[in-house]
Amino acid sequence: MTDVIWLVVLFPLIGFLALLFFGKRIGEPRAGYLGSATVIVAFVLALIAAFDFIGGEGEAHTVVLFEWMPSLGLDVAFLWDPLSAAMTLVVTGVGALIHVYSIGYMHGDPRFGRFFTYLNLFIVSMLLLVLGDNFGVLFVGWELVGLSSYLLISFWFTKPSAAAAGKKAFVVNRVGDVGFLVALMLIFSSFGSLAYGEVFEHAPEVLSGGMATAVTLLLLIGAAGKSAQLPLYVWLPDAMEGPTPVSALIHAATMVTAGVYLVARSGALFELAPTSAAIVATVGALTALFAATIAVGQKDIKRVLAYSTISQLGYMFMAVGAAAYVAGVFHLVTHAFFKALLFLGAGSVIHAMADEQDMRKMGGLRSKMPITFATMAIAWLAISGIPPLAGFWSKDEILAVVFNRGGAWIALWVIGLITAGLTAFYMTRLMYMTFFGAPRWADGVEPHESPALMTMPLVALGVASAFAGFINTPWRLGFEHFLEPTFERFEVHLAHPPDGITPWILAIVSVLVALAGIAIGRRRYGGAMPAETGLWWDRVENGYYVDDVYGTTLVLPGKRASQVMAFAFDAKIIDGIVNGTGTAVRAFSKALRPLQTGLVRSYGVGILAGAVGLLIWFLSRGGV
Amino acid sequence: MDFPVIALLVLLPSGIAVVIAALPQRTRSLWFPLAIALSALPLAVAGYIMWEFDAVDGGFQFTQDISWFGPWDIAWNVGIDGISLFLVVLTTILFPISLAASMNITEKVKLYIVSLLILETGLLGVFVSLDLLLFFVFFEIVLVPMYFLIGLWGSKNRVYAAVKFFLYTAFGSALLLSGIIGLAVMARDQLGGFSFDFNTLLTLEISSSAQLWFFLAFAIAFAIKVPLFPLHTWLPDAHTEAPTAGSVLLAGVLLKLGTYGLLRFNLTLFPDASVRLAPWLATLAVIGIIYGAAVAIVQPDVKRLVAYSSVSHLGFIVLGIFAMTTQGLQGGVIQMINHGLTTGALFLLVGMIYERRHTRLISDYGGLAKVMPIYAGFFLFTAFASIGLPGLNGFIGEFKVLLGAYLRFPVLAIIAALGVVLAAVYLLWAYERMFTGPVTNEANAGLRDLNGREIAVLVPMAVLIVFLGIYPKPALDRIEPAVDRILDRIEAVTDYEVPEYGSTADIAGGGE
Amino acid sequence: MSVGPAWYMALAAVLFGIGALGILTRRNALVMFMSIELMLNAVNLTFVAASRALGGIEGQVAVLFVMVVAAAEVTVGLAIIVAVFRRRATASVDELAELAG
Repeated sequence: MTDVIWLVVLFPLIGFLALLFFGKRIGEPRAGYLGSATVIVAFVLALIAAFDFIGGEGEAHTVVLFEWMPSLGLDVAFLWDPLSAAMTLVVTGVGALIHVYSIGYMHGDPRFGRFFTYLNLFIVSMLLLVLGDNFGVLFVGWELVGLSSYLLISFWFTKPSAAAAGKKAFVVNRVGDVGFLVALMLIFSSFGSLAYGEVFEHAPEVLSGGMATAVTLLLLIGAAGKSAQLPLYVWLPDAMEGPTPVSALIHAATMVTAGVYLVARSGALFELAPTSAAIVATVGALTALFAATIAVGQKDIKRVLAYSTISQLGYMFMAVGAAAYVAGVFHLVTHAFFKALLFLGAGSVIHAMADEQDMRKMGGLRSKMPITFATMAIAWLAISGIPPLAGFWSKDEILAVVFNRGGAWIALWVIGLITAGLTAFYMTRLMYMTFFGAPRWADGVEPHESPALMTMPLVALGVASAFAGFINTPWRLGFEHFLEPTFERFEVHLAHPPDGITPWILAIVSVLVALAGIAIGRRRYGGAMPAETGLWWDRVENGYYVDDVYGTTLVLPGKRASQVMAFAFDAKIIDGIVNGTGTAVRAFSKALRPLQTGLVRSYGVGILAGAVGLLIWFLSRGGV
Repeated sequence: MDFPVIALLVLLPSGIAVVIAALPQRTRSLWFPLAIALSALPLAVAGYIMWEFDAVDGGFQFTQDISWFGPWDIAWNVGIDGISLFLVVLTTILFPISLAASMNITEKVKLYIVSLLILETGLLGVFVSLDLLLFFVFFEIVLVPMYFLIGLWGSKNRVYAAVKFFLYTAFGSALLLSGIIGLAVMARDQLGGFSFDFNTLLTLEISSSAQLWFFLAFAIAFAIKVPLFPLHTWLPDAHTEAPTAGSVLLAGVLLKLGTYGLLRFNLTLFPDASVRLAPWLATLAVIGIIYGAAVAIVQPDVKRLVAYSSVSHLGFIVLGIFAMTTQGLQGGVIQMINHGLTTGALFLLVGMIYERRHTRLISDYGGLAKVMPIYAGFFLFTAFASIGLPGLNGFIGEFKVLLGAYLRFPVLAIIAALGVVLAAVYLLWAYERMFTGPVTNEANAGLRDLNGREIAVLVPMAVLIVFLGIYPKPALDRIEPAVDRILDRIEAVTDYEVPEYGSTADIAGGGE
Repeated sequence: MSVGPAWYMALAAVLFGIGALGILTRRNALVMFMSIELMLNAVNLTFVAASRALGGIEGQVAVLFVMVVAAAEVTVGLAIIVAVFRRRATASVDELAELAG
């Protein structure tokens, strides 16, 4: 089975091509069925192929499809190892559920078929990203998910804000990609190869400390772009312009975790560069806190979740930066479940509220949408870190590992803890504003539970969010054993939580913090809506005006510079010199023009005079 | 001697031109279809050449050497290697497409078709010539039909653009000719007789100071063609004013005359000067990459935008060439093909919308994706190819150039990498303004989407764009021996060593 | 008194002078043409004379060239003059001054 791992990619690819060319003809809802079916098949295939790893057996397996760029030694090759298996399962699993959900959500959209085309393209790209056996294929997937993200964010392109958001996402990602690209140059110039096996195996002898730090920091820039970390996170909140299933799949569960995957995959390099690893963790921790504070003040339900995603990704960065790769990927998996669930739930709410996204106009939806409420409640408690739900296990493991590193890492642990409290608080705020209290609906809005196609995925994700944590509990480290071969292969050392009683104490502390967050939230939002106005709220709601700052410090000057170059320098100076040369020649010619009298005889005089002059000259020299 | 297939290839378009010219006026409606059908013949010949081409041989194949003017050793000396092979194929592909895209031309149809076909002969001749004078003749032949294409069938400011184009390049040609004659004279001094034969001239011993002057004469001529910053200002004007087919061919093939010349002649004939001046040219190339992209961002005219994007892309090619590494050169060559396809396709697309609305201003459009979804799809696809999205062709060239350039000029390569951000900015912003949002201008509301002919013109380009992006190996395999041969020569006659990967690690580890 | 080369040279000079004077003073294109022929033949005369005097053949070859060129020139020139005359009804070169700067 592992030999034909490319089948996992092939099926969604077939779906993509079929929908691309015949999407209109296939029509609604069959386009949705086709798209979903291909992803489900891919999921099943991946599940079968991953079976060996569950027992802790099964070798990492490379499948070379064909040579891509021979002189770079770059093949299109897939790597099937526990890490890629875990990622593949998340991508296809959550992807399949969201495909099914979208059949209901996108019902009636005139570009229904096109939506599934893009979704399938995304699945293909994401699979390339996680399955690639070298940085080249990874980069292909990396860029193609950017493309699908662009297409899906601006899916409703007639809305200018959606089109702008798509472009912004792609461009900001590209900024990160430059870092990635330069990292690839460094890797290639050092190793002469981009294949994981070559690079990771020889990294200790080939890379000097400085080089390793440079490579890993550049990779971090790429990862920060894709995973929306400081300072490149600005595209993700805007990306909420896309249809909600897209936000769930791409901008919460899968694509944005690519940066985490990249760092985990390059663990062998980060191990050589402890400074970079610490920077990764610090960036993660700061992002987690920063985004959580912004999430507190958002009015739009999806924007709360967007900032929450940024914050949770920060957690994952903190984990992989602390060399807790298993914990990071573990949180990636659980987060994929509960965040996808939150987004899909939010989508269900938005759907019910006739496309209203402002939480101030919701409230009291609990009884109208029982399934949505129940499943979202699970996700709410899971993300808050309440045991025994999924989020508790993964988040707690991260915090424990970071704590165990000791020294300055304790500061990161504190930040993580504060973030956990904030997370519980803003999620409680979201739940209470949406589902509790008195209805504040706009006129004519009749909320109703969503159709089964939409609630079924909610339930499935609800189950996953509730129980996924049990794949890796302190007394049964199933997931850790599953992933270990990936890291053992290149002798990457994993950081572990402390032994003994300490982790239990830490767990109790973090649960208490979470409960406190929930309690404060409940107290504040349990009754009537507090008015959230004033300077501080404005600042938070607008994300501290970071977008404006970027606008005035980067975008505007850049545009000005371009204008100066184009209309002053290029048109006036460079072209001015060219045209000036022309003018000078013309002026010179003008001075000579009177000589051309148009009278043949005057020319004759000239010729004759010339001839006589020559004659005299020859004679005066005494012969020719 | 084998069948003179290159002669057939080069002369076939002119033969077709004669046939078309001989047709009587009443067959007017048949001229275009016939020309398109017949222009498939050179393509077929090029296909045959590619089929028969020996991929492992880095030298010239299908060579033919017939004396033209014996006393000065001027000859019909032609041959194809891995570098020219794909440029020839690209040329023969673009001509049927350009003809098919020009069927809206109604004035002086016959002259138009004949000009295009003569242009094809000139371009093919340039790529196969192994005699410098022959090369120069073809190089100049190209100018004439192009001048008429811009000057006769162009838009409003066409005469200015045509004259500017002609004078600019003629200036370069003068330098080129003096350089060629200088080499021939040097051959007379050293070998006892004039020679314009490329292989003979390679045996000359040129002092390094003389190389410098020769290099500059050739390089300026070619840099104008490329065009390399700061000699680029003819390009936006020429592109903007030229008819669609003119722009396609200008971007697709004509600009490659410059990069091809730099690669074929500058690197091999003046290796010493190339090694010494490479940093300067690479710097200019990188300035071009960033500058072209930055200027493209704010262009209000979509055709000018694409023109400036060419300046940026061609910068990548020149950077690859003067990186003087296998990857860089290979990337440069493949990027020539890629740029021909993607920018050619972009100009086709711009031409299609211009035919409908007769405006090139981005601000006159908006919301087109709603009205013309197929057109929007093709445009976005091509834009992403141009941005260098992996999986499409543009990435292959850029990636190889960057990796190759990094080995020799790390800082320049890193700066060049910033160009990929700017490419995304100018193309996606233009797309946003032209295609998304509501339809604001009434005139755009009723536009019809692409018709069958237009789709047929675009599909071959799209197929090649995808194919080269996913499976570039056939092309790369054939290019590699040829560029290695050039590098071998440079290494043989200078003390330059092609930097190998792993070198930075050696330095870091103390070396050996 | 023998007629030496000097005589021929003198005659040629006189012929040439007449031709040149004709060019400079007449404005009828046909007459100017005849003047040019006069000058060409003056040169031919010097060539032949010099050839004869020096015993070489190059001069005579040159004369043949000149004659061919002159014939070609007359053909083209007359054609132009006729064309101009048809269009403008004049053969006066002073009125054909389109190229005046």
